[in-house]
Amino acid sequence: MISVCFYFQIHQPYRLRKDYSFFHIGGDHNYEDVKSNRDILSKVAQKCYLPANKMMHELIDRTEGKFRFSLSLSGIALDQLIEYAPEALYSFQDLVKTGCVEILSETYYHSLASLYSPKEFTAQVQLHKKRIKELFNYKPQSFRNTELIYNNNLALEVEKMGYDVILTEGAHQILGWKSPNFVYQPQPAYKLKLLLKNFQLSDDIAFRFSNPDWDGYPLSAPKYAEWLHQIAGNGEVVNLFFDYETFGEHQWKETGIFDFFQKLPGEVMKHPDFDFKTVHEVAQTCQPMSKIDVPHTISWADVERDITAWTGNPLQDSALESVYKIEKAVHKTKDPELLHIWRKLQTSDHFYYMCTKWFSDGDVHKYFNPYNSPYDAYVVYVNVLNDFKEVLAQKGCSIE
Amino acid sequence: MKVLMFGWEFPPYISGGLGTACYGLTQGLMGKGVDITFVLPKLVGQVEPGPLKIVGANQVHLRWASAVKKIASRDLKLIEVFSQLQPYQTAESYKHQLQVFREQEIEKRLPNPGLIDVSSDYGRDLISEVGRYASVGAFLGLDVDHDVIHAHDWMTFLAGIEAKKQSKKPLIIHVHSTEFDRSGDSPNPDIFWIEKQGMDAADYIIAVSQRTKDIIVQRYHQAPEKVTVVHNAITKEPGISKEAAGKLLKEKIVLFLGRVTIQKGPDYFLEAASRVHRKLKNVRFVMAGAGDLLPRMIERAAALRIHDRFHFTGFLRGVERERIFAMSDVYVMPSVSEPFGLTPYEVMKYGVPVILSKQSGITEVVENAIKVDFWDVDKLSEAIIEVLTNSEVSNSLSEGSTREWAGVDWATPANKVNDLYFRAVGLG
Repeated sequence: MISVCFYFQIHQPYRLRKDYSFFHIGGDHNYEDVKSNRDILSKVAQKCYLPANKMMHELIDRTEGKFRFSLSLSGIALDQLIEYAPEALYSFQDLVKTGCVEILSETYYHSLASLYSPKEFTAQVQLHKKRIKELFNYKPQSFRNTELIYNNNLALEVEKMGYDVILTEGAHQILGWKSPNFVYQPQPAYKLKLLLKNFQLSDDIAFRFSNPDWDGYPLSAPKYAEWLHQIAGNGEVVNLFFDYETFGEHQWKETGIFDFFQKLPGEVMKHPDFDFKTVHEVAQTCQPMSKIDVPHTISWADVERDITAWTGNPLQDSALESVYKIEKAVHKTKDPELLHIWRKLQTSDHFYYMCTKWFSDGDVHKYFNPYNSPYDAYVVYVNVLNDFKEVLAQKGCSIE
Repeated sequence: MKVLMFGWEFPPYISGGLGTACYGLTQGLMGKGVDITFVLPKLVGQVEPGPLKIVGANQVHLRWASAVKKIASRDLKLIEVFSQLQPYQTAESYKHQLQVFREQEIEKRLPNPGLIDVSSDYGRDLISEVGRYASVGAFLGLDVDHDVIHAHDWMTFLAGIEAKKQSKKPLIIHVHSTEFDRSGDSPNPDIFWIEKQGMDAADYIIAVSQRTKDIIVQRYHQAPEKVTVVHNAITKEPGISKEAAGKLLKEKIVLFLGRVTIQKGPDYFLEAASRVHRKLKNVRFVMAGAGDLLPRMIERAAALRIHDRFHFTGFLRGVERERIFAMSDVYVMPSVSEPFGLTPYEVMKYGVPVILSKQSGITEVVENAIKVDFWDVDKLSEAIIEVLTNSEVSNSLSEGSTREWAGVDWATPANKVNDLYFRAVGLG
């Protein structure tokens, strides 16, 4: 049997106020662009979450549960759903109740904590776990880190936390001649399994679906199913990981993305050797082909599949250093609200907006960037962080 | 005394110091009873009625369906198509006269019309705008009754020359900045040439500082006796109170305010800030302004890891500008080349101690300031630390600032300019 394993990511950051200037530091502690956050969330709920959930539910019903998949929802996306689009949250809950949808673990704040503070990382994963239990009465057994950021150390950490499987990108630099269409094991692990994204086939849907200049355009369900079927004999699983917002948001409804996906499960299952499995089901049924060594950190972002979308330039590095430097001071306040604000400032999107490598991925960065330039993003972020430090200092918890 | 004055900007339509200086000077001159017709390239809306006659060149309508013009025969070739201009309503004769004059000149001087290729920052539009303005100058030279022509900076020099050709009245060229100040050692050759033409054609030249006079003499080969130094003053506007500034942070503030470009030396400010930051923790630095160097400055501040004490506000205007002045404890103007530089006066109003580069014209007149070479980052950071930590020094500078600001008046430069007018018409 060859399993098609879909995992969709749902995440929305708390965007900062673009007008937060030097003059606000020390007096104005409202950092977020409440209107933008509400508008964007409502829009995405209408265009994506609600229609996509409806479609997925119908597919599960129609295939009597043969179509199944995994979802990962960041904690702050869930918080915003509760606040701005509760009907979308209910529809996610309904989906999970079918028993055909797995929920993955991740950091509550969609942060880069795994790279900067192991303690904070563990805390955020636990928080997320708790939230998933509250909202879905569900205990995740599989782990995916922010933006599929991954390395050997993380795998070891995640294994210690008791997870069975972890996801990352099937990047060339770690696979070499190997195929992403098998289950692997992280180099330092003895129990944890590793699923690798097939980025070719994932990106065909997520990025290229509506590109008229692409050879595969227009993409139909039979055509795509045929590409999947070619894996028969060469693999055990094909991991298709992408943003849930692909449905209706990154790829508008008018591109035909919903029609395409509605037909896909039927087309896939026309081949008797193909089925659908969740991440955890794949990990349970397949044995690792070999170990994979990832000493250098990778992710699913940009052509480099490394972490240069969030780190590496002085803006990003100084901002990241600063936000993690105040960890102790924040804990010292024992103020849950301040802890929450600090953690929201760790969300990876803030650092993504500061990326200055406008090369092959410039367009993608621009699409997701509410600022005119990475410098504007940095100035606002640093202003906010400076005010936050003032708040800490007023509480007698200065970092110095 | 009747003056035909060519400017480029005027309050409230200003982008820089030139408009502010023109405003102050005209107010001062009118106080002496000088009758000024002030010409601007463009007027939007109604001008407030007042003693100053303001003329917008866009309202001077000339009827050339399509006229081609060459300003002179050297490097600069300008083609102007005036098709969008409407017939002049009131003075038919002038229009006709000019048309004939133009056509003759075109035939005489322009065998091979070609478009000018300007690839400078200013671009082709500004240069052609300058050409259009010049043709209006010729018309006004005939149309407006005047004893003297006074032209402010290179954009208006050609208009002044054209006016002089028509009226044969003395031309005074007022240099607020030169192409060498703006572009360092790689001046735009077209702009340089226009400046040189203006200075050569002028009967007298006014320089805003001795520093600028030196450049005019050395780089533009003008006779020193032709150049008179008239330092700028400031038009006094009431400021805001320290309380109204609403300073929220307890740390002292060191301010840079100006365009973030090579000319203004923001990089020297940043490097000095980084050195001060290593020694004093209770200080914040503010870089207020926009410009092509801003991304580099932001990146440098991040790389130096001083971003928790070094802030960027972008371009400030109005109340925010006054607020940051009133909040500051030291103002630094590290300009690499500043013909005059009015901003220190604006901040001295608030009794803020100022540190100025010796390469700024204003240092020739301001006494209560610490003066350093722009490149001397060690001295600059020492001076900042001195003002921040030695209350004797800062108090004395602060008092001096307030006192000196109180003494600044446009009447002083207006007197000098008025004297020059009389000299120009042979009465001085």
